[in-house]
Amino acid sequence: MKTYHLTTPISDDDIKDIRIGDIVYLNGSLTTCRDVAHRRLVEEHRPLPVDVRNKAILHAGPIIKDLGDDHYEMVAVGPTTSMRMEKFEEEFVKQTGVKLILGKGGMGPGTERACKNYKALHLVYPAGNAVYAALHVEKIVDAQWKDLGMPETLWSCEVKDFGPLIVSIDTNGDNLFEKNKVIFNQRKEAEIKKINEQVKFIK
Amino acid sequence: MDTMTYDYTEPELSTKGQQMRDLLATYIALISHRLPDDVTAKLQELAKIEVDPLQKLVYDTMMENQLLANKLERPSCQDTGALQFFIKCGAKFPLLGELNQILKDAVYRGTKKAPLRHNAVQTFDEFNTGMNIGDGIPSIFLQIDGDSTDIEMYVYMAGGGCTLPGAAKVLMPGEGYEGVVRFVMDRMTSYGINACPPLLVGVGVGTSVETAALNSKLALMRRVDSESDNANAAKLEHLLEDGINHIGLGPQGFGGQKSVMGVNVVNTARHPSTIGVAVSTGCWSHRRGLIKFDEDLNYELPLNEGVEL
Ligand code: SF4
Repeated sequence: MKTYHLTTPISDDDIKDIRIGDIVYLNGSLTTCRDVAHRRLVEEHRPLPVDVRNKAILHAGPIIKDLGDDHYEMVAVGPTTSMRMEKFEEEFVKQTGVKLILGKGGMGPGTERACKNYKALHLVYPAGNAVYAALHVEKIVDAQWKDLGMPETLWSCEVKDFGPLIVSIDTNGDNLFEKNKVIFNQRKEAEIKKINEQVKFIK
Repeated sequence: MDTMTYDYTEPELSTKGQQMRDLLATYIALISHRLPDDVTAKLQELAKIEVDPLQKLVYDTMMENQLLANKLERPSCQDTGALQFFIKCGAKFPLLGELNQILKDAVYRGTKKAPLRHNAVQTFDEFNTGMNIGDGIPSIFLQIDGDSTDIEMYVYMAGGGCTLPGAAKVLMPGEGYEGVVRFVMDRMTSYGINACPPLLVGVGVGTSVETAALNSKLALMRRVDSESDNANAAKLEHLLEDGINHIGLGPQGFGGQKSVMGVNVVNTARHPSTIGVAVSTGCWSHRRGLIKFDEDLNYELPLNEGVEL
């Protein structure tokens, strides 16, 4: 496990040696971007109103306080299940040139291809730690597609030492969660066998 | 585009009803930023067992987050769930008739106070009410418990990534308890990984999907270190706990020494031709409270030592 500190804009070179299981802390620009925003870009061909090239997105629906006059405060923010965006992510990375995709849980083959072909990383922020994350958001600099409501708006943030982010897919297309799943399932079958010896309650 | 709105007028409650509502609104906000004592203790215990730097780092983040949430009185997780109440109420509790209104209004007010995320979407009309209440939200499960004048209720913030998506199935008796084990274990390596482990696993056994499902939720209301009164059910709890721990999901599914905070089984009788089974997975951020009132609204908080509302 190695630790990296990345600052946007991020180049291919910055992330080429980072492997699954490594830890990243992010400085710079991070935009929340989830279900409907992905759908709008990929299926409805509407250009993303925020330039995320060489920057980072976060699959998340935050709790935001509206301070008036287009000023906002991040109260709590944490990742939502990334797998819901799997369907769109390969095309999303291709079109936007985003370098870091932050979320919760693993992603699938489309994102693996995208990370490999367009040099990007998928990283996981430990979910449930929403105050810790919010305190590493220095300010909210922009809010786009507000018609989508608080959770789905594209909130562009300046972040400082945002993390820990655990690399789940690297630029080789290696996938931490898929590897773990194989091991988990093998162990599970062995455990089921052991337990089943002892639960013959119906005689 | 027409925007639909949810019609809600705050109810006119009796003086005592208002008092109970206000106490509950405060308690709901508190639950959003402070985990119950049994969960905190268990997480501290599990954190000590993990040895690798990655797992340690995740646990450190969790501990730090809870400290900050407590101090700043902010929701510790951004998914503050859809509120659920599991209640035992004496038939002579004086506010029984007002109870539904009290609970809904407490959620309405607690949501503003905390603040909680707006998590109530009206089905078919498909709009977010923007108030965190809707038709059937909060969900209220009420049992009348003799004719005492007391009430006790579990208050639960069930998140969209953990216990709202439970699973239930009715097995044939030929599948036996082996079928129950398979059903629970398969859920751990599929859904469980993304449900923010270490998990509290609630297993319900009964006669149908809905009895099993409700039992699995009641299982999550029990303390993480509790044990079933039934010897065989307790045995299954321990077997499953060890078995799931040996899978080694680790915090957040990154792999590690342990997977669960505990496994609780709640069971009721079954028809000879069915075994109903259900699993509900509570996440590490298990925001479940317990409050007991007597007829004068003196209250106790058995899961939150030292807390006053
Ligand atoms: S599973 Fe629990 S801790 Fe994780 S994001 Fe959902 S509510 Fe929060």
